[in-house]
Amino acid sequence: MIDLSVDIKGLKLKNPVIAASGTFGFGREFKEYTNLDMIGGISVKGLTLEERQGNKPPRIAETPAGILNSVGLQNPGVKAFVKNEIPFLRKHDTKIIANIAGNTIEDYCKMAEILSDSDIDGIELNVSCPNVKKGCVAFGNTVAGISDITKKVRSFCKKPLIVKLTPNVTDIKEVAMAAESEGADAISLINTILGMAIDIHRRKPILANNMGGLSGPAVKPVAVRMVYEVSKSVSIPVIGMGGISNGDDAIEFMLAGASAVMVGTANFINPSACVDTAEGIKNYMKMHGFNNVYDLIGSLELN
Amino acid sequence: MSKVLKEKVERVEKLAESIYKMTIKSEYITQKAVPGQFVNVKCSEGINALLRRPISICNVDVKNETLDIVFQIKGIGTEYLSQKRIGSQVDLIAPLGKPFDTSDNYKNIAVVGGGIGVFPLLYLLNKMNTAKKSTFLGFRNSNYAVLQDEFKEASDKLFISTDDGSEGYKGLITDILEKELESIKYDIIYTCGPTPMIKKVVDIAKKNNIKCQVSLEQRMGCGIGACLVCACKTGNNENWKYSHVCKDGPVFWSSEVIFDD
Repeated sequence: MIDLSVDIKGLKLKNPVIAASGTFGFGREFKEYTNLDMIGGISVKGLTLEERQGNKPPRIAETPAGILNSVGLQNPGVKAFVKNEIPFLRKHDTKIIANIAGNTIEDYCKMAEILSDSDIDGIELNVSCPNVKKGCVAFGNTVAGISDITKKVRSFCKKPLIVKLTPNVTDIKEVAMAAESEGADAISLINTILGMAIDIHRRKPILANNMGGLSGPAVKPVAVRMVYEVSKSVSIPVIGMGGISNGDDAIEFMLAGASAVMVGTANFINPSACVDTAEGIKNYMKMHGFNNVYDLIGSLELN
Repeated sequence: MSKVLKEKVERVEKLAESIYKMTIKSEYITQKAVPGQFVNVKCSEGINALLRRPISICNVDVKNETLDIVFQIKGIGTEYLSQKRIGSQVDLIAPLGKPFDTSDNYKNIAVVGGGIGVFPLLYLLNKMNTAKKSTFLGFRNSNYAVLQDEFKEASDKLFISTDDGSEGYKGLITDILEKELESIKYDIIYTCGPTPMIKKVVDIAKKNNIKCQVSLEQRMGCGIGACLVCACKTGNNENWKYSHVCKDGPVFWSSEVIFDD
């Protein structure tokens, strides 16, 4: 019997695959196409304290083996999420992770407080959204910023707290260690890489916001390297993401030290990418004689 | 309800320079689809042309269980798609999106299309069997004025214009629409095409107090309302929001849309 379950400091997942925030809506968008009960967890669309309309379109540009997006956190606000979305998600056998973003630390604390009293399973701190001008990105870019926000939100957060890191920093290890020392239960990485794509005929950026976050297979090697570095530097669980589309991709991250993975951009192309990834991990374990997923995590041998 | 489907390519035909018609066999889509909806097509097997491409349904043949999509090569995705072999499989999510209102109450309709925006209108015309149909199509030049026989067959009156006068009237198709409106009152106008044309049609409809539906285009990610990238402004200037072309559209009432982005 192959055991795929992992425990992320109290966030107990039946398999190590989580749908990444911003790529899976609130789950209901995918119900027609996949079995939500077969996904370890769902990190919902990034929430803010109040409703946000997001950035002007175009908000997406396809690039080689990837996409750039600048949605700008369009969402109905945290209260509408609690009222309208949790009841639907709760009907499914999957864990609910609320991804939160704010303009000020007070926003984050307020949201953590509201969500701690709601029926969710974990909170993911988005301190690294590259697509909103105020706040957000500023918190995740420096050791001081990440320490401050993690510490303050921690005091309001009664759920497992995952801090999602941006790759747009000089040393990802330092930022991860700062989050750990201020009380994060887990680290998730990587958020998107800041990028740009230009329409050469119009001589203008494709995205209305000029720049956006790069995701998809193109970012995978960068993500694997960062997950490896971070998992060697912290003792809390690491959730890896960046270009994962199938079981083999997920295994790379897990060998590099990820206790769980998030599947993002791949959901847009294959709505059952999360379920397929979980199935792929299981097949790999079967093929290589692993019974417990923990025997796999971080088992990479360097040359 | 839409599904992820793997269907067979029956035919690929080049209609004009860079414009292709693909005929796909699909029992499911031909039973479920209605005019105005689109399919989201995976153009390549690998990680190039990563995203699916949304392409409107141009026609449905229920008896033979086939549908036509017509697309222009705009990049590598559509280029791959144009090279699909007959008999090969195509991966689609379909049918998607809110359709046109095809109520029988509309007895006299006008259909206004421009460029590659004309294609979803053929399916609409073929479905509106009881209405009297006036069709207005604008193209860059005669090379792009494709599927004219099909449009003629599906319409009671067909007007064509081109930018250079190489086919039909020389000038804007909306000029002909305005001229016709001097003597005819339509119950509804449906339109799809370049934004400047759509805006003009919407203005004309408003001025003449005629209902109007627009089919919009925007760069999409998922096509199923999850990624929220295909935003379009709806509501009114005091109270607007970003709706999404894939799920809330692509067809909207002209009165819902704010054209200022």
